[in-house]
Amino acid sequence: MIIKKPALISENDVTPRADFDNSRALISASRRKFLLQSSTAMLAGGLAPSTLWAGNKIEGVKKSPLSIDVPTTPYEYVTTYNNFYEFGTAKGDPAVNAHLLKTKPWSVTVEGEVGKPGVYDLEDILKRQQLEERIYRLRCVEAWSMVVPWVGFSLANLIKQMEPTSKAKYVEFTTLYDPEQMPGQKSRSLKWPYTEGLRMDEAMNPLTLMATGLYGEEMPNQNGAPLRLIVPWKYGFKSIKSIVKIRLMEHMPKTTWNESVGREYGFYANVNPQVPHPRWSQSRERVIGAPLFTPKRDTEMFNGYGEQVASLYKGMDLKRFF
Amino acid sequence: MARKRLSKVQLGILKTVVFAVCLLPISLIILDAVNNLLGADPIQTLHFRTGDWTIRFLLITLTMTPLQRMFGSSLPIRFRRMLGLFTFFYASMHLLVWLVLDQSLNIDNMLEDVPESPYIILGLLAYSMLLALAVTSTIGMMRRMGSSWFTLHKLIYLIAVMGVVHFFWLTKLDYSEPVIYAVLLVVLLAFRWNVIKEFFVAKVKVA
Repeated sequence: MIIKKPALISENDVTPRADFDNSRALISASRRKFLLQSSTAMLAGGLAPSTLWAGNKIEGVKKSPLSIDVPTTPYEYVTTYNNFYEFGTAKGDPAVNAHLLKTKPWSVTVEGEVGKPGVYDLEDILKRQQLEERIYRLRCVEAWSMVVPWVGFSLANLIKQMEPTSKAKYVEFTTLYDPEQMPGQKSRSLKWPYTEGLRMDEAMNPLTLMATGLYGEEMPNQNGAPLRLIVPWKYGFKSIKSIVKIRLMEHMPKTTWNESVGREYGFYANVNPQVPHPRWSQSRERVIGAPLFTPKRDTEMFNGYGEQVASLYKGMDLKRFF
Repeated sequence: MARKRLSKVQLGILKTVVFAVCLLPISLIILDAVNNLLGADPIQTLHFRTGDWTIRFLLITLTMTPLQRMFGSSLPIRFRRMLGLFTFFYASMHLLVWLVLDQSLNIDNMLEDVPESPYIILGLLAYSMLLALAVTSTIGMMRRMGSSWFTLHKLIYLIAVMGVVHFFWLTKLDYSEPVIYAVLLVVLLAFRWNVIKEFFVAKVKVA
């Protein structure tokens, strides 16, 4: 088993949040104090501590050369500013409600164009993966971004182990559907369960990550525990959370936001400052955790990952296939 | 039923109290900003909080005339201008957040963002109308403009509609908040159905 209870002394050198909090100048002493107070207040309000501060360290994590070398967003913001409509549509809702989600045990159904379909225990899947820390920038379609040290493994490795058939052209992912555990699903804000998809070459790109944790610890529920996708060159909504099913398909799968508002959210959803959302500009982004008077950041083509992924879309009209 | 009219002093005290209460939201916003309590996305928080108060003050302002009619007292009308000017004040704060924090006063950025963001265009239009109402809100202007003052100030109904549409337009999926404001606005406009109807009929005749 890879995930263990916290060890007294950690030997790995993965970004720990204590280290990070101490070294970072961005976060002022007064703000830290507030966060402490606010978290205490939230805990007093009946929150399970394990929800907000997952806390369980993941052992045996390697650093990845694919990480970007920029300061990461404070843990408190990464875990309290979430779009996870299964737990409510406000940014703070997931941190408050996600303790209802039971992530152990967890199984993932593998089906479709694969040689090895079946229902796999997540622990068995993880046994066969080398976990890495990858620091990626996450760019939301709402024009904000944060930098997160994820822990996870290459989706490509998992797909290879599934033995895709020659007909496998797309991958479809599905989030858990259980309104008791995910109260946001009682509202029809979106069509549940949430589904997302990638083209096979996108899924096999080395950047594409299946994440099981962040900041060296097990994934907090509000961030998509226990298993979520991270596609760093696409808008955040592509990076589906709490995955229970992976299906390889011959045809392009339906994706939730595209089904809901197809005019605004495409299948590709590549970060692209030149193609505005129909209702707002995508040319700049608010940097989560930055001081108030910090100018917005210029959004980069493919969120800065153009070198690795631009070739996937050669000859495609990115205005049309947004 | 006999109603006691407030004395000048009493009215003055009441106006001061209302004025102070109207300053509470902005005080709390500034306090939170100074103490770093605006959360993960402070620019967005400031946009929402100043925007919310703009539309709330607008709706409160529009409540004064129906209150007057319902209770047969002229007292609410005495607060209408103050409340209207507070609407303008919070709208100005909202605009300032956009200009200074969101756009860093960078004209090039604005020229790029505005055409790509229809709700911003609508917001700027609504603000420019509100500015016209604020500038003409003095007793002197009221006297000078005569009956055209009343025509001009009917724009507040249009501004209110634009404000609510502005909110709808920037919302992603969860429309519960703008829906609440829309419902309240419809109720408040229903009180003026005759005025609004006459206004449009008159316009059609002129055209």
